[in-house]
Amino acid sequence: MATEKITGAEALMRSLVHEGVTTLFGYPGGAIMPVYDALYGYRDQLNHILVRHEQAAAHAAQGYARVSGKVGVCLVTSGPGATNTVTGIADAMMDSTPVVVIAGQVGASMLGSDAFQECDLVGVTQPISKWSYQIRRPEDVAWAVSRAFYIAKSGRPGPVVLDFAKNAQVGMVDYEPEKIDFIRSYVPVPKTNPDSVRQAAELINGAKRPFILIGQGVELGGAQAEVRELIEKADIPAGCTLLGLSALPSDHPLNMGMLGMHGSLANSVKTQECDVLIAVGMRFDDRITGKLSTYATQAKKIHFEIDPSEINKNVPVDVPVLGNCKETVAAVLALVNKNEHAEWKNSFKEHLEKEDELVIQPEIHPADGPIKMGEVVRKVTEMTDNKAILVTDVGQNQMMSARYFKFSEKRSIVTSGGMGTMGFGLPAAIGATFGAPDRMVCLFLGDGGMQMTIQELGTIMEQRSPVKIILMNNNYLGNVRQWQEMFFGKRYSFTPMMNPDYNMIASAYNIPNQTVVNREDLEAAIRDMITTDGPYLLQVAVIEEGKVLPMCCPGSDVDDMVLDY
Amino acid sequence: MEQEKNFYTLIVFSENFAGLLNQVTAVFTRRQVNIESLNVSASSIKGVHKYTITCWSTEEQIQKITKQIEKKIDVLQANYFTDDEIFIQEVALYKLSTPAVLDNPNISSAVRHHDAQIVEVNPTYTVVSKKGLTDDIMSLYYALNDYNCVLQYVRSGRIAITKSCTEYLDEFLEERRKSYEAQQKK
Repeated sequence: MATEKITGAEALMRSLVHEGVTTLFGYPGGAIMPVYDALYGYRDQLNHILVRHEQAAAHAAQGYARVSGKVGVCLVTSGPGATNTVTGIADAMMDSTPVVVIAGQVGASMLGSDAFQECDLVGVTQPISKWSYQIRRPEDVAWAVSRAFYIAKSGRPGPVVLDFAKNAQVGMVDYEPEKIDFIRSYVPVPKTNPDSVRQAAELINGAKRPFILIGQGVELGGAQAEVRELIEKADIPAGCTLLGLSALPSDHPLNMGMLGMHGSLANSVKTQECDVLIAVGMRFDDRITGKLSTYATQAKKIHFEIDPSEINKNVPVDVPVLGNCKETVAAVLALVNKNEHAEWKNSFKEHLEKEDELVIQPEIHPADGPIKMGEVVRKVTEMTDNKAILVTDVGQNQMMSARYFKFSEKRSIVTSGGMGTMGFGLPAAIGATFGAPDRMVCLFLGDGGMQMTIQELGTIMEQRSPVKIILMNNNYLGNVRQWQEMFFGKRYSFTPMMNPDYNMIASAYNIPNQTVVNREDLEAAIRDMITTDGPYLLQVAVIEEGKVLPMCCPGSDVDDMVLDY
Repeated sequence: MEQEKNFYTLIVFSENFAGLLNQVTAVFTRRQVNIESLNVSASSIKGVHKYTITCWSTEEQIQKITKQIEKKIDVLQANYFTDDEIFIQEVALYKLSTPAVLDNPNISSAVRHHDAQIVEVNPTYTVVSKKGLTDDIMSLYYALNDYNCVLQYVRSGRIAITKSCTEYLDEFLEERRKSYEAQQKK
């Protein structure tokens, strides 16, 4: 193949195009300038979104990846530029999000000399990334980029860091595109043991009270249809993890709602009553299980999982089914008998009704008093026909939106699950608008998280990113305040928060906006937001001391749920 | 419930890339498990590095540690063993004061008794080397130390080979080679 000499920076551009990249989120700086110079010539092929802080570039890449299923790409400079992405890298690692972070680095000859804006990024990111590699020679660019994308998106996805030394950016190389799709030390999808498939099917066929837990693995593996067929054929009620919420339509008759600390009462109670517990693409996080030693000890457990290190990590299982759940669930489905569990399914009802009466109705249809978060979320989801993408920040806004938003399409929730990163919402929503340009993106956040990455209103202004920002302002760091109320004797240590005039801020960024204080104005304001083209900030003054309920308090048995406090 | 801790030997094979040792040890650090000994060297397979790591751990924890290490992209394989599943060896060097050795015949008797070898003798010091298991090596050290003659002492990390006929790694590499060929055909 004929080759020509180009710079390492140019080789990076060609490698990105070769990988099918169309969108990058980034911020230039000294040690990445040769790459930005090359990027200037690729503006027609690579849409670079200039963020206002590198952390936002990482979160935007995450939001992009989560809704599109493609690899999110982030481009930053060395030193502080690189370390600012660390929160996003750790977040992507926890939530299995395919992201490639490309950071500048000082020239190889200066490495280790404490040069200006030098930081041992590989050392910093090794424990929080799937792979972290320093490119020191222009000859390595094509190989490293191809390997990075292969690792990020294959198997259990995750973040990859490329630390790109300046000498490798400016050095000349005979460029030839690379396509890495095999690494001998890396088995992205483990082999499925046929016995495990048979045993799983036997357990399901013999179950009287089966219960299935749907995790993000179902979205990542594209197994939504297979899982749905399985639960319909075997008549298995289902609960979804936070990140798995949109893997099954919310209105599916077998969908019993969210799992975990603020999940549905029925799911929590039934976890302790089922005889076969089937986990698909989820990792038994402590926010799901509550107290481990008492968690579903009565049940036989099946775990469909792509990552062998997740098996028996938190909860010992009887039948691990390793592999891609799209294939393993289909294989089990073929051996599963059509079944009916009417009585078992009905037994969920009493708990669903109890929760509806004691928690849900008072939250979404309060008789009087200040607006509640739940009613805001429910109004928005209803008025968008349950078709929007939900992006959340972290805290009460997140739990309330997870509980009351409804989903009809897959890959529709973007939230920081494992890390619980406040400030994630705004940049992730920007990323989501680029990852799913044809869908409406609704972002719910609180006044705390809003201020953590508020500078990204600048990115929204510049890109006209159509993010519908619903700021539920309670003048508190609400979730911490709730815990202080419940577990720390109402000692509100540094949770009340003085807020700026968000309307003035939004106006300064040329973002249409409105504030709602009274319930009767809410619907019209949401309509304004939905019908206004482009971004919109809707601030809703919500009840200050609102609480997310029900709640399985930390360290409690999973079915020990507080409904009323 | 506190589970019983055992002494485990972890054998890890990896590609020869910079920074991998860091990744392997970080798995221990994160769980606050002390590494008792660590030996890293080239393996019998070209380009493959072999790590022999020992630690005290519960079976449950060592399983998790092993899986987390194996999860690292450039780690080929990780397995853990108890002492009855492997052949083990360590080596130690003892630097003794030659005047003390000449002065006290019990010292050379201890060296002979422990089946150790003398590697160097000069008027100032005598270097003794011993291979064996930790207890044998320590026993010689305590004996010599009682005579106040030890100037320097060092003990290596453990090296080990499994009692199975071949390296488990060979099977893994063969399997990977086949799946690569199968993938290329597609």
